[in-house]
Amino acid sequence: MATEPVIYEPGKAREAFRAVTRDVAWVAEAPKPHKAWLGALGVSMLMLAIGVYSIFVLLTTGIGVWGNSNTVGWAWDITNFVWWIGIGHAGTLISAVLYLTRQSWRVSINRAAEAMTIFAVMCAGLFPLLHTGRPWFAWWMLPHPNDMDMWPQFRSPLMWDVFAVSTYMTTSILFWYMGLVPDLATFRDRCAARGEKLKAIIYGALSLGWRGSARNWHRYERAYLILAGLATPLVFSVHSVVSFDFATSQLPGWHTTIFPPYFVAGAIFSGFAMVLTLLLPLRHLFNLKHIIKEEHIEAMCKILLATGMMVGLAYATEFFIAWYSGNLYEKFAFVNRAFGPFWWAYFAMVSCNVLIPQAFWFKMVRRNVVLIFILCIFVNIGMWFERFVIIATSLARSFLPATWSYFTPTIYDIGLFIGTLGLFGTLFLLFFRYVPVIAMSEVKGAMPEAHAGGPSKGGHH
Amino acid sequence: MLGDGALYGVLAEYDTPGELIEAARKVRDAGYTEFDCFSPFPVHGIDEAMGIKRTILPLLIFGGGFAGLLGGILLQWWTNAYNWPWNIAGKPEWSIPANVPIAFETTILLSVLTAFFGMWMLNKLPQVWHPFFRLERFGRVTDDAFLLGIEARDRRFDSVATTQLLKDAGAIAVENCHLDPDPASRTMPGWITAFIVSSTAFALIPFAIAAKARNSHSSEPHIHVFPDMDFQPKYKADAASDLFPDGRANRGQLAETVARGSLNADDTFYRGIEGGKWTEGFPKQLEISEQLVRRGQIRYNIYCAPCHGYDGRGSGPVPQRVAAGGGAWDARNLVQAGGPVVKMPNGQLFNTISNGYNTMMGYAHQIPPADRWAIVLYTRALQRSQNAAVDDVPQEELGRMPMPQMQTPAAPAGAGSAAPAAPTGSAPAAPATPAPAPAAGSAAQPENK
Ligand code: HEC
Repeated sequence: MATEPVIYEPGKAREAFRAVTRDVAWVAEAPKPHKAWLGALGVSMLMLAIGVYSIFVLLTTGIGVWGNSNTVGWAWDITNFVWWIGIGHAGTLISAVLYLTRQSWRVSINRAAEAMTIFAVMCAGLFPLLHTGRPWFAWWMLPHPNDMDMWPQFRSPLMWDVFAVSTYMTTSILFWYMGLVPDLATFRDRCAARGEKLKAIIYGALSLGWRGSARNWHRYERAYLILAGLATPLVFSVHSVVSFDFATSQLPGWHTTIFPPYFVAGAIFSGFAMVLTLLLPLRHLFNLKHIIKEEHIEAMCKILLATGMMVGLAYATEFFIAWYSGNLYEKFAFVNRAFGPFWWAYFAMVSCNVLIPQAFWFKMVRRNVVLIFILCIFVNIGMWFERFVIIATSLARSFLPATWSYFTPTIYDIGLFIGTLGLFGTLFLLFFRYVPVIAMSEVKGAMPEAHAGGPSKGGHH
Repeated sequence: MLGDGALYGVLAEYDTPGELIEAARKVRDAGYTEFDCFSPFPVHGIDEAMGIKRTILPLLIFGGGFAGLLGGILLQWWTNAYNWPWNIAGKPEWSIPANVPIAFETTILLSVLTAFFGMWMLNKLPQVWHPFFRLERFGRVTDDAFLLGIEARDRRFDSVATTQLLKDAGAIAVENCHLDPDPASRTMPGWITAFIVSSTAFALIPFAIAAKARNSHSSEPHIHVFPDMDFQPKYKADAASDLFPDGRANRGQLAETVARGSLNADDTFYRGIEGGKWTEGFPKQLEISEQLVRRGQIRYNIYCAPCHGYDGRGSGPVPQRVAAGGGAWDARNLVQAGGPVVKMPNGQLFNTISNGYNTMMGYAHQIPPADRWAIVLYTRALQRSQNAAVDDVPQEELGRMPMPQMQTPAAPAGAGSAAPAAPTGSAPAAPATPAPAPAAGSAAQPENK
C-alpha cells in the first residue's frame, strides 16, 4: 500500500503504546475498586443468590414449580435460553466477522464482547439443562457406551443443539483465551516490575510464557485468522440449529423455513444492544472514552438499525406467508399472535424491536450516549419478548382447542431469570476488574503508530 | 543479578516497529539464523524481513477438521444406523441430511482444537523459562519495546561484531544476556511437576473404575449416585396417602358416575341375576355349544384347577400342598352329587366366580364375564361327568368303551338322575334377595343352605 510512512520523533510512538497499556491496565491495578463497581457487584450477587435459591427449590421439588404446563411445555426456560444465546452471538460477530471484514474499530470492544459471549452462553446453557428435570443425567446426551446399550438420537434437533452449543462454548472460550494471552503477559510483566510476586506468578501461568516473539506472532496470527474464519460459520450455525428446534416441528407459528436467518438477525440485533448496554456505563466509569470512541458506538447503532429492520422484515414476512399459504392453522396462528391473549407481548415486541430503533436514523441520537443506552434496554426487552411470543403464543393455541391454555410465570421462573442476569453481571464485573478488558495488543497494532519509522522507501505497511 | 552463567545472546532495543523491521532485515542479510524479534503486537512486514517461513498450521487444521468431519459422520452412522438402528417415523436408517448439522459441528470443533493447541505446540509454549526474562528490558516487550535478540549459538555470532551490527542498525541499546548459573532455574519447579503428575493420575481414577466395571461381572446391584429412579415418589395400589381425607391413595369411583364402557346394565350377563333372583339359565347372548364348553374347560384348568382340581373334587395342588405342610385348607368339592354347588343356581355360581366366597377370592378382575359363564357351563359338565352312570352313555358308544366292573356309585341315592343337565337343573331354594351389586371383596354371598 502506498501509505506515506509517518515520521515520528524518537520515543513518540512508544509513548502512544505506553498510554494504551496504562489506560487499560489501571482498571485492574487500581488498589481500591470503584464504588459504583462495588455497588453493581453487590446487586448482581444478590440477584445471583435469588437464582441459586430458585434452582435449589427447582431441584428439590421438580420442574412443576415453573409455570409450564402440558400445553405450554416450553416457556420461560426456552425463551431465556434462546435470548441468552442470541446475546452471545454479537460477541463472536464482533471478534470474528468484523475481523474478517477488516473493521479495525472492533479492537476497542472485542475483548469485552467475547467475554459477554462466554457468560451469556453459560447463562443460556443453564436453562435446557435445568429443563431436563434431572440435570445430573445431562451426560446421557453425550454419546458414550452405557449399560443400556443406547445411543443418543442424532436426528433430533435437540441433539444438534447439544453439539452446536457445546462447540460454540468451547470455541468462544479458546478464542477469547488465545486473544487474552499477550495481554495477560503484559499484566504479568507489570506485576513483576512492581514486585507483586503472587500476581506475577498467576498471570505468568495464565500467559503461558508469552514473550511476543515474531516467530510466535506469525503462527498466532494465522491461528487467529483461521479461528475467526471457523467461528463465523459456527455462529450462524448455532442460531440456525437453535431455530431448528422450532422449525422442524409441525406447530403453526414454528414450522417455517424463514427461522434460521430470522433468528440469526435477531441474535445479532440483541447482542449488539447488550454490548452497548454493558459498555456505555463502563466506558464512562473507567474513563475509556478515547479507546471506545464515539465512532465505534455510532457504528454499532447503525448495525442495530439494520438488524432491527431485518427482524421487522421477518415479522412482516411471517404474516404474508400465513396469508399466502391459505392454510387455516397458519393464518390463525398469526392472527392469534397479534390479537390473541398474548397481544400485549406481541406489541411490546414490535414496538421495542421495530419502531423504537428507527430513532437510530438520526445522527443526533447516535451521538447521544444516554439515549442510546435507553434505546438498547428497549431492544433487550423487545428481543426477549420476540422469543416469548414465538414460543408461548404458538403453544398456547395449537391445533386442539380443548388443550388451549395460558401461560403465567411463577416466582421460580422469574427468580431463575433474575439469577442468570445476576450470574452474567457478576462474571462480567469480575472480568472487568481482573482481566485486561481491552485487547491492548490489538489496539496497539491498529494504531497509526504501529507503522511508525517504516522504511523510507515504502512498500511495507 | 546477572551472573556468571554462559552467554546466551545479545538483546537490542529499537525505537519503532519500522526500525525493528529494518534491523531484522540487516541481521538476516548478514547471515544470522538464530535470532528473533520481540514486540507488543504483531509487526506487519517483519515475517518477510526475518525470512520466517509460512507455518504449516493451516495444514494441521485442515487435517483436524477433516478428522472431525469423518468422525462426526462415522459416529452417527455407527451408533444410529449400525450398532443400534433406530426407526424414527419410518425414515431410512441412514439419511445424510439429518446428520449434517452434527457433522458440521464436529468439523468445526476439531479444527478449532487443532488451531488452538497446534498453535501453542508449534510455538513451544507454554514455557516456564526463558533466558531473556532475566533482563529488565525484556519485561517491557509486552508494553512498548521493540527488541531483537541474537543467540550465541548462531554460527556467525561474535560478541563484538554482532553488537556492532545491531548498533549500526539503529539500536538505542544493546545488552548481553547470560544464562542463570543455577540449572534448576531452567526447569519446572519440582512441586509444579508433582502437582501436574498427581492431579493427572487422580483424574484418571474414574476412568479406571469404569474400565474395570466394563470388564468384570458382579451380582451386586448398581451403585446409584442419584437414587431418584429407584425410589420414586409415586403411589402403588392400596397405598396410604395423607393427601386425601380418607387416607387412601386409591380414588374410588365418584358417586353417580360410570366409567366409559362400564355401564354393564345387563344384570343377567354381568351379575347373574334375573328378575331379582339368581338366574337358573344362561344369559341369552351366549350360544351354548361344545365350543363354549371347551373354552370353559381351558379357563377352568387355568383359574380353578389349582385349588379345585381338574376333576373338581376340591383337591388341587394348593390344598394338597397345604395338607403336606400339616394344615387343612379345603377347596370346596364342586361336583359332589347333591352337594351345594350342584344345587346352586347358575347365577350364584357365576357370582362366586366373580366375587369369591369366604377364603376364595373373586376372579372378576381377571376373567371377563363371557369366560366366567363358560366356566359355569364347564362346571356343570364336570358335575355331570363326575357323577355319570353307565346309562348315561349312548348305546352305540357303549360297545367301544373298555368296561371294568361297573358298580353303581355308592354315592347318595339317584346318582344318575340327580345330576342336572346344565341349562335346566332342579331349583332348590333360590335366594330371596341376591345382593345387587358387587361392592367390595366377598360381599355377595346369599344363603344357599
Ligand atoms: C386359591 C384357591 C381357589 C381357587 C383358584 C378357586 N377356588 Fe373356589 N373355593 C376355594 C375355597 C377354599 C372354597 C371354600 C370356601 C369356603 O367354603 O370357605 C371355594 C369355594 C368355591 C365354591 C363354593 C362356594 C359356595 O357358595 O359354597 C365354588 C362354586 C367355587 N369355589 C368355584 C370356583 C371356580 C369356578 C373357580 C375358578 C374360577 C374357583 N373356585 C377357583 C378356593 C379356590
